[in-house]
Amino acid sequence: MMDRFRFAPILALSALIMGGATQALGEDVTSLEGFQSMPLVYPKFMIDNLWILISAALVFIMHLGFATLETGLTRQKNTVNILFKNVFIVNVGIITYALTGFNTMYPGDFNGFIAIMGPIGFDDKVANLTVNYANYTYWADFIFQAMFAATAATIVSGAVAERIKLTSFMLYATILVAFLYPIAGSWKWGGGWLDAMGFYDFAGSSVVHAFGGFSALAMVLVLGNRRGKYLPDGQIRPILGHSMPLATIGVFMLWLGWFGFNGGSVLSADPGLVSLVFVTTSLAAAAGALASIFTSMIYLKKPDFSMALNGILAGLVGITAGADTVSWVSAIMIGAIAGTLVVFAIVIIDRIRIDDPVGAISVHGLCGMWGTIAVGIFSTNPEHSVGIQILGTLSYAIFAFVASLILALVLKATLGMRVTAEEEDEGLDLAEHGQPAYADFQHITN
Amino acid sequence: MYKIEAYLRPAALEKVQQALAGIGIAGMSVLEVRGFGRQRGHREVYRGAEYTVDFVPKIKIEVAVKASDKQAAIDAIVGAAKTGQTGDGKVLVSAIEEAVRVRTGETGDSAL
Repeated sequence: MMDRFRFAPILALSALIMGGATQALGEDVTSLEGFQSMPLVYPKFMIDNLWILISAALVFIMHLGFATLETGLTRQKNTVNILFKNVFIVNVGIITYALTGFNTMYPGDFNGFIAIMGPIGFDDKVANLTVNYANYTYWADFIFQAMFAATAATIVSGAVAERIKLTSFMLYATILVAFLYPIAGSWKWGGGWLDAMGFYDFAGSSVVHAFGGFSALAMVLVLGNRRGKYLPDGQIRPILGHSMPLATIGVFMLWLGWFGFNGGSVLSADPGLVSLVFVTTSLAAAAGALASIFTSMIYLKKPDFSMALNGILAGLVGITAGADTVSWVSAIMIGAIAGTLVVFAIVIIDRIRIDDPVGAISVHGLCGMWGTIAVGIFSTNPEHSVGIQILGTLSYAIFAFVASLILALVLKATLGMRVTAEEEDEGLDLAEHGQPAYADFQHITN
Repeated sequence: MYKIEAYLRPAALEKVQQALAGIGIAGMSVLEVRGFGRQRGHREVYRGAEYTVDFVPKIKIEVAVKASDKQAAIDAIVGAAKTGQTGDGKVLVSAIEEAVRVRTGETGDSAL
């Protein structure tokens, strides 16, 4: 039986929208109460704002993804240490981003290169909690960007795993997330010099990933390789990760989080764009996975599982710069090239004796670079050019590398970068924390 | 009384357990061990670099038997674990001086 009142809410909503249709979205807002009573504008604002908050929560989950991925790809004796670093980075990242990072990254009018600013906060509610600010509130903007900020330092954490001295890493990560990342980020997302040149990086292939990857490269070069990784006779002795299930959880968590990382970077809940971004993001991840699987089967003669996981991430990192501005076919090509590139990059970096336990330099550094350049090749926007994209991504890579190199050399000369050989052999869980990750005898059940 | 220690392929465990149960051996202990004998290690590839697995995963079974069961137990283990390939493992037998059942304090054969 049809209930004639069933459509009452829909009718009421239509009336609301019809009534509000005369009010343009750009209409002047003069008070918070007046703004909230605008029938068409306010619901759209609420939906946009909610999407940014959901995206912030999704990006937060990526930190769990990084933590389990890095744990899985390293040895059991360093589990507490790597989890500790991940926990520290997220928390110091949010606090420093509130104290200086957010305003340094988005300084408003500035010289285009650097403006170290103070803490978050505002007096004017109308300017910061309505469409006068953006499609979302000041607070939503802050928390979404704060979740991003720690990611760059987390990328480094995996590459330097199993041998870096904890206090040195904590100091390094704090400086990176409080100053280096926001300064570099302001060049593009803060409206700085690269933005003015027409450089495009939608969600951070360069701003976040190449930046993190090349910071990691500088740190590893100063830090050196894990003991026993390269034998005196020239042989490479692989050090196997201790939990592929944990690594898998990490990669799927990261993929889930990427819906917020890229989807939220639309900076509104625009149905067409957010949906496109979900599609390009997932197609690139899938193409990256398949490409790395087939590359490792053909080139390495083995279906290497950890390479398949890296392939997913390579595709995701690759699509991040252009997720809203390439077609679905281009997304597959960008992901597939990233997935192929990552296998060769990991093997070559290993052979030239740079010890990166999780492949962060290849996945984030090189694939981030590739994704940024790919915008110049595949973008549907004719204003994007390969030349500017190359200039932009090189700027991020070089700045990250040089700044991290200086920091690393200073740390090496002062606090010291590495744990002692005995501590490294014993494992950082006991040496640094006095606490093993798996304390009891393991229970074996069938 | 004898202690039989058998280093075997992990895949042999279920068949060996059934074979021992079949001749009335009522208890056994199993340990996960790693080692090598004539089989040596083997080459594997991880993230593009080859490595040698020096210590191959094996299981070690420990059974204490009465003197009268010794030969039957050895035959059961060998029969169940043999594939004919290098790496089937070894069976080591040694004499037990004394055995005590913790719950009752029984000693000797009746403790097994």
